[in-house]
Amino acid sequence: MAVNLGYKEYFKSDALPLMWCAGCGNGIILRAITEALSDLHIPPHQVVISTGIGCWGKADDYMKTHAFHGSHGRALAFGTGIKLGNPDLHVIALMGDGDALAIGGNHFIHAARRNIDITAIISNNFNYGMTGGQYSPTTPLSSSTTTSPAGVAEPGFDVCALSETCGANYVARTTAYHVTQLKRFITAALLKQGFSMVEVINTCPTHFGRRNIPGDTVSMMKYLKDITVSKAGYEKLDEADKEKYLVTGELVNRERPDYLSVYREMNPGGPETDRGEGH
Amino acid sequence: MSRPEGIQLMEGNHACAWGAIDAGARFFAGYPITPSSEIAEVCARELPAYGGIFIQMEDEIGSIAAIIGASLSGKKSFTATSGPGFSLMQENLGVGIYQEVPCVIVDIQRVGPATGLATQPAQADVMQARWGTHGDHSIIALSPATVQEMYYLTIRAFNLSERFRTPVIILGDQVIGQTYENIKLPDPSSLDIIERIKPFVSPEDYFPYQPDKNGVPPMAAYGDRHIVHASSTCHDETGYSNFKTQTNRALLTRLKDKIYNYTDEIVDVEHFGPDHAEVTLISYGASSRVCKYVVGEAEKEGIRVNLLRLISIWPFPDRIVREALGKTGAVVVAEMNQGQLIGEVNRVNATNTPVYLASGIDGALIDPDIIMAAIREALK
Amino acid sequence: MNKTNMAVTIRIDEAFCKRCGFCIEFCNANVYEADKDGLPLVKDPEKCTNCRLCELRCPDFAVSVEVVDNE
Ligand SMILES: Cc1ncc(C[n+]2csc(CCOP(=O)(O)OP(=O)(O)O)c2C)c(N)n1
Ligand code: SF4
Ligand code: SF4
Repeated sequence: MAVNLGYKEYFKSDALPLMWCAGCGNGIILRAITEALSDLHIPPHQVVISTGIGCWGKADDYMKTHAFHGSHGRALAFGTGIKLGNPDLHVIALMGDGDALAIGGNHFIHAARRNIDITAIISNNFNYGMTGGQYSPTTPLSSSTTTSPAGVAEPGFDVCALSETCGANYVARTTAYHVTQLKRFITAALLKQGFSMVEVINTCPTHFGRRNIPGDTVSMMKYLKDITVSKAGYEKLDEADKEKYLVTGELVNRERPDYLSVYREMNPGGPETDRGEGH
Repeated sequence: MSRPEGIQLMEGNHACAWGAIDAGARFFAGYPITPSSEIAEVCARELPAYGGIFIQMEDEIGSIAAIIGASLSGKKSFTATSGPGFSLMQENLGVGIYQEVPCVIVDIQRVGPATGLATQPAQADVMQARWGTHGDHSIIALSPATVQEMYYLTIRAFNLSERFRTPVIILGDQVIGQTYENIKLPDPSSLDIIERIKPFVSPEDYFPYQPDKNGVPPMAAYGDRHIVHASSTCHDETGYSNFKTQTNRALLTRLKDKIYNYTDEIVDVEHFGPDHAEVTLISYGASSRVCKYVVGEAEKEGIRVNLLRLISIWPFPDRIVREALGKTGAVVVAEMNQGQLIGEVNRVNATNTPVYLASGIDGALIDPDIIMAAIREALK
Repeated sequence: MNKTNMAVTIRIDEAFCKRCGFCIEFCNANVYEADKDGLPLVKDPEKCTNCRLCELRCPDFAVSVEVVDNE
């Protein structure tokens, strides 16, 4: 019997130290993903990590599974081809908020609508980390960023509501602070057939934190705790207070048939054939 | 519908789809655009019977992304579009080149820029095919002139993409894509089909970007025990990011050499008409059909004209064009644009042979009179 | 001694630790303290409840909590 390496079967330990800033939560999400894969005993060669471009998009360099690192915003589009090319694969798309929802917003809504069997894990740090802290489609209204010195004039997306409306089978929100919940949601998302999305509210102490949250890396992490509330806690809030918080928890968990199942039912066709053997 | 048998009246776009299927394509992703949509329609109808999958993506950016992904999962994959969609594909075309992903992109050219004379023919994406994506890179592009040739060149495009591990472009045009001609699909078992080279080492010893002696790395698929790390960031033979300048230099050099050192293997031309001529036409695709007619018309007027038809356009056949320039009194480049490939002809013109342009930009097949006028100009 | 009758060994890999302070701040059992450079010191390992949250919450894979069987 081979020794159980735990998360190290998936995590490329020899690539340490990580390239991310002190107090950046990306490593926490990465740890949760590799722990979840280990708990589920999914063989590394049956996993493809498809990353976007951004700080979180660098995560593929720390994975021992199959990986794809393509262009900004397109992780789900590449992932769609990867999944349809080999439906046995577990395809996990890792995207920043800018990557998934600005430049990649179109692919995001259509992947969810199709309900393609991919797990999207979005690191939502409320800004573009990699390019120096510009505002993103999730930056809260009036926050200061390098491209909104006077405050962002646009409201941010509710990523979970968007995913639900578009048709995702599994939608959950948690934070880089809530590490056990994080691992639990990722595990559930990996098990779910159809499109699953875990939004991880994340720290970017270097940019969003420095401009909006007084204090250090620890204050940034505490901020994640402060702005979130559980589903049960949220229900008890006054309507006026609800706006101030982001709900954490499993927000959607349903069983719509996934894209490929529906396609195959409508196009039974033949088995995979070599050239010329079809009719 | 099943695979057409015997002699069939078929349009070029259908012939393209059947060529792809016969080459082993089992995945198509695309977004509708005239004059290419019939390729998608045939794939939607026919691929399932072959165990394949068709998907209509949300745009052309997603379409090329999906075929790159599916190819990495082990499926021969392709997409088809026209100018506006081809523009949207450019960034990810570079990803495919850099990650060395075999796939085929069919561009059924129409008049641009922008929406232009949508649905009318042009050959004005020639330089875009060469240089559309940013950064240094090499590209292979083929240009069919008949419906039957569309079928065979589509197969060749897949073969070249697998042989060289790189995206291959078919530069068709509205004339070839939507003209009906009699063609015959051959017995599939008679075709030479190239499959990608799989790794011959154990998973532990496999580096996904370790090249073979010809500069092309053997290719495992996602799902194999040989782990594949495909990155659009500068990478070494492991596939993982590596930002050393010498790694970048080695990668860019190999990506160029693996194609340009084998130009002769890729280049395909047709010589038409007399061996020696006063004027040589150089053309490709739909325009070259008109050139063949013009060769005959000129002969009636007592002018000796021949044609060098480029079947492969990129890499440019420098040597053959240089030889043609050296053997003739003047060259007329006939193309449906304001002068694109003529720049390449001038680049290799070591003999300072006079070179004239016959430019067709009327949103129709180039008029023979335009070419005749250029010939007369050349003879002045 | 912790409740489980198990001793734990907590290791901080200094080469990977970026001194973010999460392990120190968020440990419910107050196992850690910071040295003058912000590097976590395992001050009271016997208070550790083996919840392993610090391990999961360390962004740099620098903490490992290992249970050492006492018997
Ligand atoms: C087409 C294109 N446009 C812009 C960029 C520059 N760019 C790189 S990463 C990035 C944003 C990253 O922000 P986000 O997706 O939120 O991820 P984070 O860095 O915060 O993890 C941008 C705009 C790019 N690489 N490609
Ligand atoms: S810039 Fe922000 S997102 Fe990027 S590594 Fe630093 S903390 Fe993380
Ligand atoms: S959480 Fe990790 S990186 Fe942060 S101080 Fe503790 S050991 Fe260092």
